[in-house]
Amino acid sequence: MKKIEPLLNEIEEEPAPKEKMEIERKELNLPNLNEREVMKHFLHLSKMNYGVDNGFYPLGSCTMKYNPKLLERVAKNEKVAYVHPLQDESTCQGCLEIMYKLEKLLCEITGMDAFSLQPCAGAHGELTGMLITKAYFQYKGEERKNVIVPDSAHGTNPASAKMAGFNVIEIPSKNGRVDLEALKHVLDENTAAFMLTNPNTLGIFEKDILKIAEEVKRVGALLYYDGANMNAILGKAKPGDMGFDIVHLNLHKTFATPHGGGGPGAGPVGVKEYLEKFLPIPRIIEKNGKYYFDYDKPHSIGKVSHFYGNFAVLLKAYAYILLKGKDLKKVAEKAVLNANYLMEKLRKVGYEVPFYGRRMHEFVLSLANLKKRGIRALDVAKRLLDYGFHPPTIYFPLIVEEAFMIEPTEDESKTTLDDFAEAMEKILKEDAETIRNAPYKTPVKRVNEALAAKKQIFTWKDLKN
Amino acid sequence: MEEMLKFLGIKNIDELFEDIPKEIRIKDLKLPPPMEEMEVEKEIRKILNKNKSFFDMPSFLPIIKPHYIPAVVEEIIGRQEFYTSYTPYQAEASQGILQAMFEYQSVICELTGMDCANVSMYDSATALGEAVLMAYRINKKKNILIPKNIFWHKKSVLQNYIKGTNLRILEMDYGEDGRIKIDKDKFDKEDICAIYIENPNFFGVIDNRYEEIKEMKEELKAILIVGTDPLYLAVFNPPSYYNADIVIGEGYFGNPMNFGGPLLGIFACKKEFIRQMPGKIVGLTEDKEGNRAFCLTLQTREQHIRRGKATSNICSNEALCCIAFLAYVAVLGRDGLRKVAIKNMENANYMAKQLEKIGFEIPFKNFFNEFLAISPINAKSLNEKLIEKGIHGGLIIDENKILFGVTEMHTKEIIDFAIEKIGEVLDEEN
Repeated sequence: MKKIEPLLNEIEEEPAPKEKMEIERKELNLPNLNEREVMKHFLHLSKMNYGVDNGFYPLGSCTMKYNPKLLERVAKNEKVAYVHPLQDESTCQGCLEIMYKLEKLLCEITGMDAFSLQPCAGAHGELTGMLITKAYFQYKGEERKNVIVPDSAHGTNPASAKMAGFNVIEIPSKNGRVDLEALKHVLDENTAAFMLTNPNTLGIFEKDILKIAEEVKRVGALLYYDGANMNAILGKAKPGDMGFDIVHLNLHKTFATPHGGGGPGAGPVGVKEYLEKFLPIPRIIEKNGKYYFDYDKPHSIGKVSHFYGNFAVLLKAYAYILLKGKDLKKVAEKAVLNANYLMEKLRKVGYEVPFYGRRMHEFVLSLANLKKRGIRALDVAKRLLDYGFHPPTIYFPLIVEEAFMIEPTEDESKTTLDDFAEAMEKILKEDAETIRNAPYKTPVKRVNEALAAKKQIFTWKDLKN
Repeated sequence: MEEMLKFLGIKNIDELFEDIPKEIRIKDLKLPPPMEEMEVEKEIRKILNKNKSFFDMPSFLPIIKPHYIPAVVEEIIGRQEFYTSYTPYQAEASQGILQAMFEYQSVICELTGMDCANVSMYDSATALGEAVLMAYRINKKKNILIPKNIFWHKKSVLQNYIKGTNLRILEMDYGEDGRIKIDKDKFDKEDICAIYIENPNFFGVIDNRYEEIKEMKEELKAILIVGTDPLYLAVFNPPSYYNADIVIGEGYFGNPMNFGGPLLGIFACKKEFIRQMPGKIVGLTEDKEGNRAFCLTLQTREQHIRRGKATSNICSNEALCCIAFLAYVAVLGRDGLRKVAIKNMENANYMAKQLEKIGFEIPFKNFFNEFLAISPINAKSLNEKLIEKGIHGGLIIDENKILFGVTEMHTKEIIDFAIEKIGEVLDEEN
C-alpha cells in the first residue's frame, strides 16, 4: 500500500529523554514528536479534507450553510473556555444569561413555551423528546407503547423512539407526503407520538399539517417535530402553531454552528407549557436580573447529558441569532428560492424529480434512469468531486430510488448554483466508464469501502499485526 | 434574486411558501433587528464578563478540570477543512478527518488497552448509558452494578438511558479506604449483566486490586465497564489489565471546560464486541490504485442504515473534540503526557498536605488528581466566604465533605494562595 500521508506513529521521533520516571505502567506506545512535525502532519491532513469554505456543499438534510467567523471568535473567550460548570451561580452569571436568553429566542422562533438546551445533538434531542413523552403518559397513568413515523423519516427517529422503549410503526407516504388515511389507520389509544419533520425529507411541506395534528390529538397522542429542516420555515411559520407538542432543533444546521466533521452539535428541545415540568434539570430561572439553576422539579426526567449541553455551541447559535435578528426569515426565503431554482435548472438539463412540484429548502432527484447505462447515484456523486463540488446526500430518503438529495442553503450565489447545474449537465453527457471510475482529482481515488469491513483494521496496532 | 424569481415564473418570494396553510403563516418574528458584527461581539463580551474564569478566580472543582492546552492544538482545530466539514461519508473528499479519526482510535486503544474505539459519544455520562445498553445487548441479564459513590449527574443520565429496558441498578458500597467493596458473593451471578467501576473513582481514589476485580467480573459472568481518565492511563495500568470489556471516559485532552460542553465521551471495547458498539468507526482500506485510504466502516450498526434496529440513535458526535484530543497527545507525546500526569499527582498531594496542616482530614490517601477532604467547618459557608476572597472551593459532597480537583495549572503559588484564604476563613469562624 502506498502511503499518502504517514500515520502519527510513522513520523520520526524525538530522541528519548535520559531521565527515567518511576511509574506503574511500563508500556505506552505513543510517539514523542516535535511541534513542527505535528503541525505539518495536521496541515497535510486538513488539505485532504473538503470544508464549507472550500466550496459548494449541498448535502441534503444537513444544512451546510456558511459558518460566520465571528461565531468562532466569541466562543474562544477565556470566560467561556475556563469556566467550570459546577461553579457557584454568582460566578457564572454570563453563561446563565446566555442560556436563558437563547431559550427565550428559540421559543419565539418555534412557537414553543419552554426549551431545554441540554441535548448535545439532534438525535439526542429526539431521545429527550421521547423520554418526555414517556414521562407524560406515565404521569397520566397511561401506558402507550407505539410511536409512528413516516417512511421518509430520518433514521434517527425510529432509532430514538426504540431507545426510549417504544415500538415503532412506519407508515407509507403518498405522493411524497403523509398519507392521512394510513396515519388514521394506525392511530389509536396505544399511540404515544407521531414524529414528523416539516418540510419533510423530500423538501415538501406537509400542507395537511393541521389535519394531521387534529387526528393525532383525537387519540390523545403527542406530535413531535424533528427540526432538521427548520431552516425552510424560519420566520414563515412556527411548529408550535402547527400543533406540535415537542420540537428539537439542530443548532449546527439551522443556526450556523459548524458541523466539526461530525460534531459537536446541539439539539435543544422545546415543549408546550403543559410538558415543561418534564424537561431535563436544571432549568434556568431569572429573578430580579439574576439567574439561577432550578433543580427542584419533581416531574423532570432528570439529566440527559453530563452538564447543561454543549455550551460553546449554544453561544455560537446565540451570536448567529443576534446577527440575523428579524432577518431570519430572509434566510428561509433565500434557502427556498435557491432550492427551487436549482431544482428547475437540473430538471431542464434532464434530471428526474419524483413527486415533482414546489419544494422548500431541499429537493430529491432520482437517478434511477441512469441505471440502464450502468451508472449509479454513487458514481455521479464521486464524479462531482472532480468538478470541485461536494456531492449531495445519496440513497436517502429511502422512498426514492437512487436518491440524490440536494440542499443548497441560503448562502450560495446564483453563479454557484449555475456552475453546479452545468457540471451536472456535463456529467450526464459523459460516458459511463468515465463516471464509474471517478473521482480522478482527489488525494485518493475511489475508496474500497467493502474491503475496510473485511480487513477490520481500526488502529495502528491492527496494522502492524 | 429578481432573475431567479423570473426563471421560476413567479412574481414574489411569498409564492414559494404557499403550501403553508394561511392560518399559520406569520409575517414577522418578534426579534430585534439584525446587529452588526462589532455590536454582537460587544454585546456577548459584555454578558460573558459577568463570569469568573479560572484566571479571575482559581477553582478547585473536580470532575472536569482546567488543563493547559498548547497553542498548536487550537491552530489545528481552527482549520476550516476540519471544523466546517460534515461527517466524512464521502471518503475521497474526507481523507484528512478520516485519517485523524483512525489515529484517534489508535491513541485511545493504546491508552485504554482496548482493541477498538469509536469516534466519540457526547460525554462520559452518555458514554456510560450507551455502554450499559451495549452490555445488555451482549449479556441479557437483569441487573447492573454501579458504585455507590458516583457523580449524581452521571447516575441520572444512566437512569434515563436504561428507561427503554427492564434493567435495574444495584449499588456497590465503598469501604474505609474509599474503594468499592469487592463482594462477589453478595450478588447472584444469574442476574448481573454488567459491572461498572471507576478508576480513579468519584473520590479520586486509585484502585490497583486488579486480580480481585477481574475475578469478580469472571465469576459473575458480567460485562466489565470501566470509567477512567486518560491522563491517569499515562502512568497507571490500563483497564485491559483487569479484563475490562468496555472502557469509557471524559476525553478532555485539548478541550477546554466550556462551562461543561462540548465534552468528548471516550468509548472503547474488545474486538469481539465491535458489532454491538454504538457510534462511528473508521477503518483502514485501499483506493482503487492501491493507495492507503480510510473510510467509515461497519455502518450497518448505525441508525441511517438500520433505523429502529440500530445499536444507537447517535448521529452527530463530538468529532472535532477527537481531533483536539489527538493533537494534544501528538504534541505532548508519551513523555509529555507522563510529565503532566505526575505533575497533577504532585500538585494534588501538595494541596492535600497543606489542607491537613490547617485542620482538614484527608480520609483516602491513595488518589490521582482529585481527593476528598473533611472540613473543620461547614463546607457551604467555607465556599461562600472563599468566593468573597477570590477563590472557588471544591465540590460540596455533604455538610463537611468537599471533593477537590487539582491539575498542572494549580501551581504552588495558586495552592498557597488558596490555603492562605482557607486559613483566614477558618480563623474567622473560630
